[in-house]
Amino acid sequence: MNFFDHLAGNYAEVLALTGEHVVLVLQGLVLASLIGIPLAVLTYRAELPRSVVLAVAGVFLTIPSYALFGLLIAPLGLGTAPAVTALTMYALLPVVRNTVVGLRGVDPAVIESARGMGLSRRQILRQIELPLAWPVIITGLRVATQLLLGIAAISAAVNGPGLGNLIFQGLSSAGTPFAVYLALEGILGIVVLAVLADLAFAALNRVSTSRGLRVD
Amino acid sequence: MTDASATAAPDAMIRLENLTKAYPGQAEPAIGGLSLEIPRGEIVVFVGPSGCGKTTLMKLINRLIEPTSGRIVIDGQDVTEMNPDELRRGIGYAIQQTGLFPHRTVAQNIATVPRLLGWSAEKVSARVDELLTMVGLAPDTYRDRYPRQLSGGQQQRVGVARALAADPEVMLMDEPFGAIDPITREALQNEFLRIQRDIRKTIVFVTHDIDEAVKLGDRIAVFGPGGRIAQYDTPEAVLSDPADDYVAEFIGSGAYVKRLTLTPLSRVAAATDWPTVPSSADREERVAALRSADRDFVLVLDGDRRPVGWLGRDLAPDDDRLTGNGLPLLSSLGPDDTLFDALNAMLASNADVVVVTGEDGRYRGTLGMAAIQELIHTASPAAGAGPERAAGPAPGRSDSPGTDSPGKEVR
Repeated sequence: MNFFDHLAGNYAEVLALTGEHVVLVLQGLVLASLIGIPLAVLTYRAELPRSVVLAVAGVFLTIPSYALFGLLIAPLGLGTAPAVTALTMYALLPVVRNTVVGLRGVDPAVIESARGMGLSRRQILRQIELPLAWPVIITGLRVATQLLLGIAAISAAVNGPGLGNLIFQGLSSAGTPFAVYLALEGILGIVVLAVLADLAFAALNRVSTSRGLRVD
Repeated sequence: MTDASATAAPDAMIRLENLTKAYPGQAEPAIGGLSLEIPRGEIVVFVGPSGCGKTTLMKLINRLIEPTSGRIVIDGQDVTEMNPDELRRGIGYAIQQTGLFPHRTVAQNIATVPRLLGWSAEKVSARVDELLTMVGLAPDTYRDRYPRQLSGGQQQRVGVARALAADPEVMLMDEPFGAIDPITREALQNEFLRIQRDIRKTIVFVTHDIDEAVKLGDRIAVFGPGGRIAQYDTPEAVLSDPADDYVAEFIGSGAYVKRLTLTPLSRVAAATDWPTVPSSADREERVAALRSADRDFVLVLDGDRRPVGWLGRDLAPDDDRLTGNGLPLLSSLGPDDTLFDALNAMLASNADVVVVTGEDGRYRGTLGMAAIQELIHTASPAAGAGPERAAGPAPGRSDSPGTDSPGKEVR
């Protein structure tokens, strides 16, 4: 029995776990955006709060993932909750950092002319700064997604959902005939998801960014 | 209270009273107790070297910079305490870097303030087309372009159109033609004067270029170090009678040459005694005209009395050059050209006379070197009007004798 025969027999489980993996990553990404983008908006103009937020998000990213998932069992128990929490923490840095960089990269002359014409602070943020920072913010989400797709595999270690379960199954049955196949199926699913996510973000960037900002 | 408010002119559009801007940690205020009146419908140019406070003072007017103390009165209303966003929606604002919104089309950029003010879509779109036409951009071509698809000069035009969008009475312009090549810049300046002739806004214009100030300003405020206004007067008065050594030094050399640019030929009487001959004249008539002429050349005019060429007295009666239009006319100057252009044309063609035409291109007369010399020493209306150097209204350039200045057209 080769790998493809094994995959043909196991595809239902692989698909189901892939679906779980996508949902898990999306939960982490959405939570990180809901927390990270407002944090960036609140702090990008003030030196000290901005440094603190970026430093904290940076520390999150340096915690070894296996350790973080494990540490979260104590407060959150097993399953999806610690997995989503950990992924949210990992996604914060790319989301916050890119939002800050994007907002700070807006040409000061554009802001000055907007103020000079009587746009309020809120109007400038909504109508000028966020649309202009949008391509950079999207890039942050794209990087975060790639990061989470990989790290989400660890959630299987805390009984969480996703393709990690195939990998851990394979690892725990090392030496048995199909151990490598199981791990490979998990990895393959993640790689395919990563490629699809990249394409999806490229398309999203294209349709949601003003033609005036495109470099073509 | 200061002198300025004591002599308040009834038609001062902007009145700054004892305005001070001090920054914490700085011993000297950027602007210290400054009072100034800006008459309605005039262009007042703030000119001075970098860091002299001219941009700071401009931004105090629409409160992009909040004053530390003092009052700002616009059109009789004290705006020092009003909502700054509402204040700014009523004041046009254009800056050197244009600050166009790169993610919005030209039309959306121009529509910014009208939209904030809640204009209807039809009214906004009609206004956008009107403004694009006014600044010389075909609406159908440019309406839907993005700023990055425009040249620097076109971006500036859109910037000016955007500042004018809601038809504000007051416009603030911070070096709007600064970062542009000299040829485009001159074209934009000329267009700006043409537009201003129609719309008669009260404009505060900031520049560091004294030549631009002289060209555009009805009045010039020369800024010295420390936010001090060294002189506030008409360009003629600043050039012919600088208030102090600082102003004289800032004007630099060539004050008299600069004054040449202030007088358009439409305000100059052209001599009409130059011998002419119609282009329909035959060889004998031409020879006769040359014989009787007291000059070395006779001017040929076509059927519409447009100057077309010269006949020289040294031509033999059988010379072929006696027929047709004669020697080509090297230059003829229209009503919008200045004494400076006339002198330049003389120097360029090694002649001591130039031909002057009217608006329709017809012959008006000639202008000689001696006439220019005489004009520059007698015909400066503000020369010697030193005591009038206060903030009150003084005769602007358009009050000079002769026809109302038609300004300059695009060439």
